[in-house]
Amino acid sequence: MAEKVLAKAESFFDIYDRNPSPSKDVTHYCPGCGHGVLHKLIAEAIDDFGIRERTVLFSPVGCSVFAYYYFRTGNIQCAHGRAPAAATGFKRTHPESIVISYQGDGDLAAIGTAEIIQAANRGENFTVFFVNNAIYGMTGGQLAPTTLVGQKTTTSPYGRNPANEGYPIKVAEMISTLDAPVYVERVAITDAKNTARVRRAVRKGLQNQIDNKGFSLIEVLSVCPSNWKMDPIQSKQWLSDNMIQQFPLGIFRDRTGEVPAAENKRHIFHVDGLREALELPVETESTIKVAAPAPEFQDPRIKLAGFGGQGVLMLGLMLAEAGMHAGYHVSWIPSYGPEMRGGTANCHVNLSHRRIGSPTVSRPTLLVAMNLPSLERFENEVVPGGLIIYDTAMVTRAPKRTDVKALGIPASTIADELGNTRGANMVILGAYIGYTSILPKEAIFAAMPSLIKRKNLIPLNEQAVEKGMEFVRNLRG
Amino acid sequence: MAKQLIKGNEAVVKGAILAGCRFYFGYPITPASEVAEAAAYYLPKVGGTFIQAESEVAAINMVYGAASADVRAMTASSSPGISLKMEGLSYCAGAELPFVLVDIMRAGPGLGNIAPEQGDYNQIIKGGGHGNYKVVCLAPNSAQEMCDLTILAFDLADKYRIPAVLLADGFIGQMEEPVEFPPARTSLPDKPWAIHSDADDEKRLITSINLEPELLEKHNLHLQEKYAEITRNEIRFEDYQTADAELVIIAYGVVSRIVQTTIDDMRAAGRKVGMMRPISLWPFPSAHIVELGDQVKQFLVVELSDGQMVDDVRLALNGKRPVHLHNRMGGMVPSPEEVQERALKILEG
Repeated sequence: MAEKVLAKAESFFDIYDRNPSPSKDVTHYCPGCGHGVLHKLIAEAIDDFGIRERTVLFSPVGCSVFAYYYFRTGNIQCAHGRAPAAATGFKRTHPESIVISYQGDGDLAAIGTAEIIQAANRGENFTVFFVNNAIYGMTGGQLAPTTLVGQKTTTSPYGRNPANEGYPIKVAEMISTLDAPVYVERVAITDAKNTARVRRAVRKGLQNQIDNKGFSLIEVLSVCPSNWKMDPIQSKQWLSDNMIQQFPLGIFRDRTGEVPAAENKRHIFHVDGLREALELPVETESTIKVAAPAPEFQDPRIKLAGFGGQGVLMLGLMLAEAGMHAGYHVSWIPSYGPEMRGGTANCHVNLSHRRIGSPTVSRPTLLVAMNLPSLERFENEVVPGGLIIYDTAMVTRAPKRTDVKALGIPASTIADELGNTRGANMVILGAYIGYTSILPKEAIFAAMPSLIKRKNLIPLNEQAVEKGMEFVRNLRG
Repeated sequence: MAKQLIKGNEAVVKGAILAGCRFYFGYPITPASEVAEAAAYYLPKVGGTFIQAESEVAAINMVYGAASADVRAMTASSSPGISLKMEGLSYCAGAELPFVLVDIMRAGPGLGNIAPEQGDYNQIIKGGGHGNYKVVCLAPNSAQEMCDLTILAFDLADKYRIPAVLLADGFIGQMEEPVEFPPARTSLPDKPWAIHSDADDEKRLITSINLEPELLEKHNLHLQEKYAEITRNEIRFEDYQTADAELVIIAYGVVSRIVQTTIDDMRAAGRKVGMMRPISLWPFPSAHIVELGDQVKQFLVVELSDGQMVDDVRLALNGKRPVHLHNRMGGMVPSPEEVQERALKILEG
């Protein structure tokens, strides 16, 4: 009676249809290669844990780029070295999935060094199988970051020279210096005893993920007979005699017992409370009435400038926000690019009855100068017939232009008298709306709550606006 | 509907979340950082995930992984960061992964500066990564469009299984304008091809490798057919005062706003000028430009680069009409008056 002693794991495809080669029942790996053994141990573990349907395998660049020919799971093949980043992206979308990042030494320890260290450091809840065979396989035997000192490869034809190429990188040791990983072990595919250790490590790495414990990395020393130019038996001997000296086997980190198991919950898409969470505006009926300003003050193009800290950007935002409440088209743009020099702050604001064209203001109809450098810099840009408002407490000379209106306001002095030195910008704002009727004060007051974070300061700012309005009222007598 | 005064960069994130995006992977860079900051603030409040990646390269590859799943995902950066993302963009194009990439362009080359430029046109439109691929590219010119075109970018990305790029400049990202936010998408599109972490996954494969030249050519031909279909269906542009124009200015992004003022000023003086603004930079409104060429005598392209979009305008017109270029670089932005001066010179021959 025939007895079945060998069976292919369920987690392998029966027929390797994805392989374009005519042979659909053998792998593309060379005879003696360690990938076949590790694939088998992983597939059997997936079977035994019953996780095949939720397992997603990330194939690297290297010989195992075609791991997706074989694994009957979800498969994502990604760029050289980027598997830990891609696996992070996917795992975050499907926390309940079992994600395997399967990487070789060039992929993980050379071009993908940043990705593996950072994924490990975030403690991503996935399992990394790192195959270290001390050479680049797929590209035909070049130097790997793990190539041994003195080892000849096609790009170290005289043997690895530490003075030129540095030393072999010990990945397991390096990853175990980080706080987050829960389990890091180095194993080797050599004899039956060592291979049994590989089997145990594979299972532990996957179990940790099933239990939502965090990041596991298993470094697997493996042979590459083709590129080492040895037969499989010699290769295993060479690995045992040379690689294990450089890369000692053992457990470098095991916090498996310390970390409690947790459930991996599926991400659920929902829109509950979305508009509130996004702080979107709620519909309110505006009762703000705007008087028509004199024609020369309509649709102002405004440049506001001063020292950083004088609240110039806030003044601009307040105008734009209030303008919006009053039904204008508005735009606000902060000093940015070539104009952002020398510690001055400036911004451009448009209020208009029509769709706004240029948000940048090259020829302002209103210039607000909170300090002397701003007046000197921008005075000549103001259109003829335009308006310059300046803080007489800060700007020590009047505008030179005779073809514009100039309105000097002792804004900083008024603000000081109010006990609110930083309120000069709101005094200017009050003066502007009082002088031009461009906006009612109610529009400004309606704008304040969304712009002034400390609510107790709102009355003080309202007062400053009123004082500015009062000042221009008195000017007119 | 109620409006909110909001920075373009933040409107992108609110738009993305309303479109159903719950996954953001990015790296900070001026002048795009507010996109990452808003994503970091809002996504956790709506059951989403924000990760600050270790690099631009990692960020786009995290998106590669997330976009392989049945969700909506995005990343954003600015020019030097976009250069770093090109490897990932090519892989996403090859594997036909839909997601949204936002580029808030700054001045280069190299580290350059943080002022606005449009020097990424070529690397986005002509394929900065390797291989034969295209990405849908939309160019907003207001905070409202930063929201609306982000939503459209997600829809087009999913409709065609293609990366979609929102190409804006520093000014459009930094500017605040009132935005009306549309209703939220209550469900995501079906993605039968995507990895779901379920029993059907064994049939699903996300990859861009194909060792057989015959098969890879077939895949390329499939991509080209898709690009042709998108070109047939998804060209978007805005005409402004073009009906009787003798000179049409072509501009996108913040430049189109500046040119709008130029047109208004020149029209007020009785000049027959108009503007055509490509909203989709790929697919490019070439046929429309040819059509305009029937009536328009001359074209002027204004852009913040060494003259990148102008090549596509010249290719479209193929010598049919003269095409002039007015360009600034290094973060310099022309004023409406500067553009007007150039336009007048052209009109006066």
